[in-house]
Amino acid sequence: MQATDVEDPDYFHKVVDCQWACPAHTPVPEYIRLIAAGRYADAFMVNWKSNVFPGILGRTCDRPCEPACRRGRVEEEPVAICRLKRVAADYKGDVSARMPGKPTTQNGKKIALIGAGPASLTVARDLAPLGYHLVIYDADRRAGGMIRSQIPKFRLPEEVIDEEVGYIAAMGPEMRLGQRVDSLKALLDEGYDAVFVGSGAPRGRDLKLPGRQEAAANIHIGIDWLASVSFGHIRHVGQRVIVLGGGNTAMDCCRSARRLGGRDVKVIVRSGFEEMKASPWEKQDAMNEDIPILNYLVPKEFRHDNGRLYGMTFEKVQAVYDAQNRRKLVPTGEPEVFFECDDVLVAVGQENAFPWIERDIGLAFDDRSMPVVDETTFQSTEKRVFFGGDAAFGPKNIIWAVAHGHQAAISIHQFCQGMNVAERPPPMVTLASQKMGIHEWSYDNGISIDLRFKVPHRDKFAALQDINSEVELGFDIKTAFAEAQRCLNCDVQTMFTDKLCIECDACVDICPVDCITFTQNGPEAELRTRLNAPAHNLGQALLVSAPLKTGRIMAKDEDVCLHCGLCAERCPTGAWDMQRFLIDVAQAEKACCSS
Amino acid sequence: MTFMAKPKLHHPDLQKNSLGYTRRDYEGTISTLCAGCGHDSISAAIVRACFELELPPHRIAKLSGIGCSSKTPTYFLGASHGFNSVHGRMPSVLTGANLANRDLIYLGVSGDGDSASIGLGQFAHALRRGVNMVYIVENNGVYGLTKGQFSATSDKGAKSKRGAPNNDEPINLVGMALQLGATFVARSFSGDKAQLVPLIEAALKHPGAAFIDCISPCVAFNNHEGSTKSFDYVREHNSAVNYLDFITTKPEITAEYEPGTVQTITQHDGSMLRFRKLDSDYDVNDRIAAMTYMQERQAAGEIVTGLLFIDPNPQDLHLHLKTSAQPLNGLQEDALVPGSAALAKINAGLR
Repeated sequence: MQATDVEDPDYFHKVVDCQWACPAHTPVPEYIRLIAAGRYADAFMVNWKSNVFPGILGRTCDRPCEPACRRGRVEEEPVAICRLKRVAADYKGDVSARMPGKPTTQNGKKIALIGAGPASLTVARDLAPLGYHLVIYDADRRAGGMIRSQIPKFRLPEEVIDEEVGYIAAMGPEMRLGQRVDSLKALLDEGYDAVFVGSGAPRGRDLKLPGRQEAAANIHIGIDWLASVSFGHIRHVGQRVIVLGGGNTAMDCCRSARRLGGRDVKVIVRSGFEEMKASPWEKQDAMNEDIPILNYLVPKEFRHDNGRLYGMTFEKVQAVYDAQNRRKLVPTGEPEVFFECDDVLVAVGQENAFPWIERDIGLAFDDRSMPVVDETTFQSTEKRVFFGGDAAFGPKNIIWAVAHGHQAAISIHQFCQGMNVAERPPPMVTLASQKMGIHEWSYDNGISIDLRFKVPHRDKFAALQDINSEVELGFDIKTAFAEAQRCLNCDVQTMFTDKLCIECDACVDICPVDCITFTQNGPEAELRTRLNAPAHNLGQALLVSAPLKTGRIMAKDEDVCLHCGLCAERCPTGAWDMQRFLIDVAQAEKACCSS
Repeated sequence: MTFMAKPKLHHPDLQKNSLGYTRRDYEGTISTLCAGCGHDSISAAIVRACFELELPPHRIAKLSGIGCSSKTPTYFLGASHGFNSVHGRMPSVLTGANLANRDLIYLGVSGDGDSASIGLGQFAHALRRGVNMVYIVENNGVYGLTKGQFSATSDKGAKSKRGAPNNDEPINLVGMALQLGATFVARSFSGDKAQLVPLIEAALKHPGAAFIDCISPCVAFNNHEGSTKSFDYVREHNSAVNYLDFITTKPEITAEYEPGTVQTITQHDGSMLRFRKLDSDYDVNDRIAAMTYMQERQAAGEIVTGLLFIDPNPQDLHLHLKTSAQPLNGLQEDALVPGSAALAKINAGLR
């Protein structure tokens, strides 16, 4: 095996599993350390720079970081990264003075941003300090997009949205709210230098079943219904409610229904419970509110009495796997099942819709009626138009919209400055030794053995009374500290200098997880089998040294390394060192805030 | 020294032995020796050997004297019995403990100062009496705790860290052990666990006086150029006569070897030691030849390592003394004080 090239910024970045998994590459261990140190405002700003909406994401993120968390591989559960982010937002105090503010000079370029959701707001946040004249359009009268219209207030209070959207509004973009864009052609004709489309996936999928037309008054499309609830147009629902669909929208629908008068609310899904798209914790939260989730039931018919909905019938199915392990839902042949209901909420998916983009302006669409968008630059075939968020590649989560926004901002900036859009700016990487004394490190390397702490919830009875009352109460400072201590500091990297090694085995002997081996070199697949602890997790790299004095190599499996630094502490020659790896993923020129 | 405790989290695939213990369960507290000390590797080798042999920790007694080496029993087998004795007196205390309770496994840990200087007489007599034990000398050739003076095992001509040569003849503990009748004699190197761990396992299984001289570089005071006990010097001059591969109770050989390169020794309890011979002429059952060979290689500047001598039918102190099979500490009062009738019988036998 070749010696590992630690100069490659990706190598150590991948070791920081959470940061690598985060689409916006938020430096997670860095802000968790700041939280542990009580520096909440600093922790917030680290987040704000990367993911723009710390308070919002700290409550609603789909948390790709948590399944990736190394803690989950050495213990039972990952660090509660998402809820620690909320801690930073909850306790930060006033950070308005640290925000960039309005730029003092304009660069003369004018950009239109369509939609005031997370993607557009991220582009605005990144471009505003550079002096662009930004014009944000949204059909709604208030900015936030789906964050405001689709996420129920009991999960995300309005003040949090107002605050974090407000930071961007204060940077000076022109907000044209309540103005729907009906023609991209007309917009381009207004002379914008570039246009960013962040209009989301605004169309909820319908179910064309018998009875749909007749009983339409009590059948609602999930995201539209949530928006109407959010804006106060809908305040009541029937006592018996069926929610169709297994995603997070379905979970928001059923829990909202429980708060608007629904007593017998149930979620019914076609697939199995395990395969549902909803995040496990959202399913749990729904079930905690006495909402059963019934699976393997395919909706067949809306039953009504002269247009008055009174129930639905379902066909029972089972999952059958073919030779390619593809799943098929096959009817079991049992009689159809009937459930009574007063209202049905259909949350079976969302779609993009671009009726306002003319098909003759040089912007190509694919056969699924989606715009052709470059996956790196987010540029469409009309060079002035960029896409991001759900509008680019279909429905995803907020954090993806943010990540898209950052990349699109880079592209728009380079496009407007006449630079090659395809040439992406490299990240900035810092590696700094954490050694302070013989046995002193500037990070807390003691490994906590606490299990994951639970976020306290509001009393169920009280929570169900008021749709605006937030269910999760957030960690208190003491629990937040304890949870922060569960972080393994995976960004404090084990750096090995082969020339200094005397092969004394001290690191091998002390390593609590047996991840270091001195052995003969060999091909990677074979080498992995004969390490002190065989390295079965192929997703995790081996750190391999050049040949040492005895001809052997040092191979370290990154998989379950605790980053405790004992190898460095027991190394007599300093061949091992613990170095903090900070990767500053490129954003549109000039990072827009200090951290 | 390291202040933090070794994290309790371990590798998710960490194996358990038949007793339900992981290797980590055989560890002690974290070492306070200098970083990189060879002794820590020996501690790790002992941990591995005891885990692999599936020894119940509470059936092991670890005893030591004074010195860096004698501190190490704190760093392994945290759930075993321990006795940190007076300087050089470990062999006596171990002998006494063994006489009182022959059922425990005795592990004596000592250093070159503890065994070759102040405790030389104790070392000699414990071996010649055949006390059933493993006696490990963690041999670094210097007094590390008092900043690196030459010890009695330091080679003549070896240089101190400041460049001064040693003028005294070294004591060869392996040579003495062979001469004094130890029934298992080995030498190894802390930087070679592949050799050391099976040797410790074999020694623990050996029902007699087993001696291992383990060269263990002192990173702080004896790992420089001119030292004959540094990592580099030992690696360059190491002449291994054999590699013990494993200990088994099954007779068949499954691995493939060149003919004549494998030797199997069946021990008293039926277990077998199987090793690869690196020197095909070397006979591990010949005490005299072992002594000669070792002296020859030493004169040629080589450090002979491996299993140097083993007596497949060892006798131990309890056999010589005809003690009861039941440990003395387990005998009840009626056995220990059999009464006047029994005394009269003994007295009659002496008339």
